[in-house]
Amino acid sequence: MNRTKGDEEEYWNSSKFKAFTFDDEDDELSQLKESKRAVNSLRDFVDDDDDDDLERVSWSGEPVGSRTRPGSFQSLSDALSDTPAKSYAPELGRPKGEYRDYSNDWSPSDTVRRLRKGKVLIFLKRTLSKEILFRELEVRQVALRHLIHFLKEIGDQKLLLDLFRFLDRTEELALSHYREHLNIQDPDKRKEFLKTCVGLPFSAEDSAHIQDHYTLLERQIIIEANDRHLESAGQTEIFRKHPRKASILNMPLVTTLFYSCFYHYTEAEGTFSSPVNLKKTFKIPDKQYVLTALAARAKLRAWNDVDALFTTKNWLGYTKKRAPIGFHRVVEILHKNNAPVQILQEYVNLVEDVDTKLNLATKFKCHDVVIDTYRDLKDRQQLLAYRSKVDKGSAEEEKIDALLSSSQIRWKN
Amino acid sequence: MAAHLSYGRVNLNVLREAVRRELREFLDKCAGSKAIVWDEYLTGPFGLIAQYSLLKEHEVEKMFTLKGNRLPAADVKNIIFFVRPRLELMDIIAENVLSEDRRGPTRDFHILFVPRRSLLCEQRLKDLGVLGSFIHREEYSLDLIPFDGDLLSMESEGAFKECYLEGDQTSLYHAAKGLMTLQALYGTIPQIFGKGECARQVANMMIRMKREFTGSQNSIFPVFDNLLLLDRNVDLLTPLATQLTYEGLIDEIYGIQNSYVKLPPEKFAPKKQGDGGKDLPTEAKKLQLNSAEELYAEIRDKNFNAVGSVLSKKAKIISAAFEERHNAKTVGEIKQFVSQLPHMQAARGSLANRTSIAELIKDVTTSEDFFDKLTVEQEFMSGIDTDKVNNYIEDCIAQKHSLIKVLRLVCLQSVCNSGLKQKVLDYYKREILQTYGYEHILTLHNLEKAGLLKPQTGGRNNYPTIRKTLRLWMDDVNEQNPTDISYVYSGYAPLSVRLAQLLSRPGWRSIEEVLRILPGPHFEERQPLPTGLQKKRQPGENRVTLIFFLGGVTFAEIAALRFLSQLEDGGTEYVIATTKLMNGTSWIEALMEKPF
Repeated sequence: MNRTKGDEEEYWNSSKFKAFTFDDEDDELSQLKESKRAVNSLRDFVDDDDDDDLERVSWSGEPVGSRTRPGSFQSLSDALSDTPAKSYAPELGRPKGEYRDYSNDWSPSDTVRRLRKGKVLIFLKRTLSKEILFRELEVRQVALRHLIHFLKEIGDQKLLLDLFRFLDRTEELALSHYREHLNIQDPDKRKEFLKTCVGLPFSAEDSAHIQDHYTLLERQIIIEANDRHLESAGQTEIFRKHPRKASILNMPLVTTLFYSCFYHYTEAEGTFSSPVNLKKTFKIPDKQYVLTALAARAKLRAWNDVDALFTTKNWLGYTKKRAPIGFHRVVEILHKNNAPVQILQEYVNLVEDVDTKLNLATKFKCHDVVIDTYRDLKDRQQLLAYRSKVDKGSAEEEKIDALLSSSQIRWKN
Repeated sequence: MAAHLSYGRVNLNVLREAVRRELREFLDKCAGSKAIVWDEYLTGPFGLIAQYSLLKEHEVEKMFTLKGNRLPAADVKNIIFFVRPRLELMDIIAENVLSEDRRGPTRDFHILFVPRRSLLCEQRLKDLGVLGSFIHREEYSLDLIPFDGDLLSMESEGAFKECYLEGDQTSLYHAAKGLMTLQALYGTIPQIFGKGECARQVANMMIRMKREFTGSQNSIFPVFDNLLLLDRNVDLLTPLATQLTYEGLIDEIYGIQNSYVKLPPEKFAPKKQGDGGKDLPTEAKKLQLNSAEELYAEIRDKNFNAVGSVLSKKAKIISAAFEERHNAKTVGEIKQFVSQLPHMQAARGSLANRTSIAELIKDVTTSEDFFDKLTVEQEFMSGIDTDKVNNYIEDCIAQKHSLIKVLRLVCLQSVCNSGLKQKVLDYYKREILQTYGYEHILTLHNLEKAGLLKPQTGGRNNYPTIRKTLRLWMDDVNEQNPTDISYVYSGYAPLSVRLAQLLSRPGWRSIEEVLRILPGPHFEERQPLPTGLQKKRQPGENRVTLIFFLGGVTFAEIAALRFLSQLEDGGTEYVIATTKLMNGTSWIEALMEKPF
């Protein structure tokens, strides 16, 4: 039955049932005689099947004769306060148009507060009435918000998800479900749970991330089990020299990659723990990969590995150093890991921008680079100034002196 | 007594006393010796209302923190629980009550809900079988707490998330209730202005509450001329930028809670000769920050770069004052010097503290990273390069700087660009998820919902228009002797404060177009006053505007408003209220999803 707005007004104005609205003052309400005759239903609603015993009343307080739907809202009296409770059970058999909306400027707690004053308390039944409940709420945004808040507060995740599913708020449904994983500590259980998240109606981008989350945890569980075994067996050098400080479970992807570059660098693509495998599976861009591998190998002071990261053979067979991240970053990371000056120097030399190069070289005391650069720039003044920064009698000082006295260089100043 | 609350244009001690009286009345209701069991969250805000001495006067002999299992032994007649209406706390209370030792002397239980009772909570207590054990069950409407002579806060952490993400208007209801309390004490506010959905809701609630309250007409002479309600989401930009006032920086770096800050103790160890530093305090140094301390009041709202000169001037004055003792020749002069000694020593102590704090802050602000971050922020705010992936942000992610730091920057870029291009957004999201963990999908989703980090939705970037029309970016900013509110961010004028400034002069009609670009309705309401109470302002007397930030306010914005208040021809003095005192970090943190 679909009543138009006009019909609704007519209904309210002509019906013998006295309308109840939340706008009414307390005084007015207490004067409504019919309301005073409302029945108290004290039953806690525990047993799902006991529909038959429900006493349902209409707005006027008179018991309702006919039953149109199995199950409905069951009202619970306000047995908490000393004042006698008044309860009303909205007859949900009625078509949607007949119900007044709740006042728009009410918060859920505000509603609850008014409930305390004994107006209406709605208690939810968890069976067929769900459909009725959901359908009614679909058109009542404010009440809907109240219900969502209520369900979140009492932690009824299941009903909340059902509600979202019904409302086609699919993305919210998916996220709400996914959120639960934060509460699962056991890694295997969490992995299983994440599996249930894959395929939920996330946005396209998020779906990929969720899939990755699951795959990552799956891999981490395998790696963790394997490495723990290796570590306790005590035969593997890398684990002996650098015992693990924490488990790899639930770590972010980049951290996992770092771990893999640290402990499993040389492994072939076939194993789950090899860096190359991780790169391929998660489509890690070159930039990120190189940065992470660099950090790991630098920490282990494996300068040859660092070298190999940047050396590429071009088609003529010549080797050339390239980096997808800018050599100044490489230098910074090397310095952070206390690389020896010779290594630092090599990479400072590769920085393209002259100012940056000079900056870094000076900062990290790569004297040769500074000297060579000033020589190339033919900047006598600066070279002279730099002389005071090197150790007395050092090879660098000699080099500077040799250059300064060289007749072959056409200094510009 | 909180004397500093009386110094402003509006005497907020009246509010504080009213609130204290209510507390006293409740305590006296539970006659006899008592122990209070505290919800830890409440101890901070309560500390601003009542010290232990007041509680002692009303026979509070012991205080405990709410914890599980059995209550500690205490020879008191009453046990009173002071709690927020939260279900998980009800579980703990029930545990306490049920494990009460029957063999001991019986103690009466009471419960005080702050700020409201809750049916859900009482239902829970009933379900756990303990509801009947409580004799007095009441609510204590502590909504707006005075923090300083011109500052009130509800300290409601969840307000922004509830209002703007969940459509939950509980905090708005409390705000309206708080405003009704203010009106009961300080008179009906004749004019209400507002911008934003939530502002509209609060105004509606106020008007309805006033109608319901018809009984006694308010006969108090109105103190406030105007109320300005502002939604936080009208200005999402300001809290994201790093504050640059003295107090703002203290909050950014160390976090100010309920007017207190905890600082690393090393700088505050008393310098003793030949101590060798072996007795360095290990506990953090706790300092109170409000206008009760003269020096603090003087420097708190200044741009940090202007603080140094004030402190060094002060140092000279105090040194000179101490040197006076050499000039004191007569007994009378010596006596006078000695009588001033305590004041001078206090001043010197205060100066020492403020200087130590300034040194701590300087360590941060002179770091290379701080400079780089600030440069990027200012580039975004002046509209430069907001549409592509930013190198500094990328580097921060690569070096795994704090996630919140990264999120603040990314959100700032998004807000200054009216949303990011899909490619740029996806790139940032992927970098963040891969570096910090996939679970942050939830946080990113919240940020999108709040409008902080979202894709461009067709349309153009509105920010440049807003920036130019409201003059939000001022190139020539004078940090030492500011002439404009933009000094608080060394160039950026907080949008929210600019709106307040323009409302006062020349009025919002002059910026109709810009107001329409900003989210939410803007409106004006009048509340009729009985004729005898019409406010007649003297020539030259300033209007008093109560400005209420719904969703949080930063110390920098407060500083900017104070700056406006003391302008020669400003015309308006401001009293500031908010749901929460916050900064960009605490704000974003409240939007992160955490395990239950």
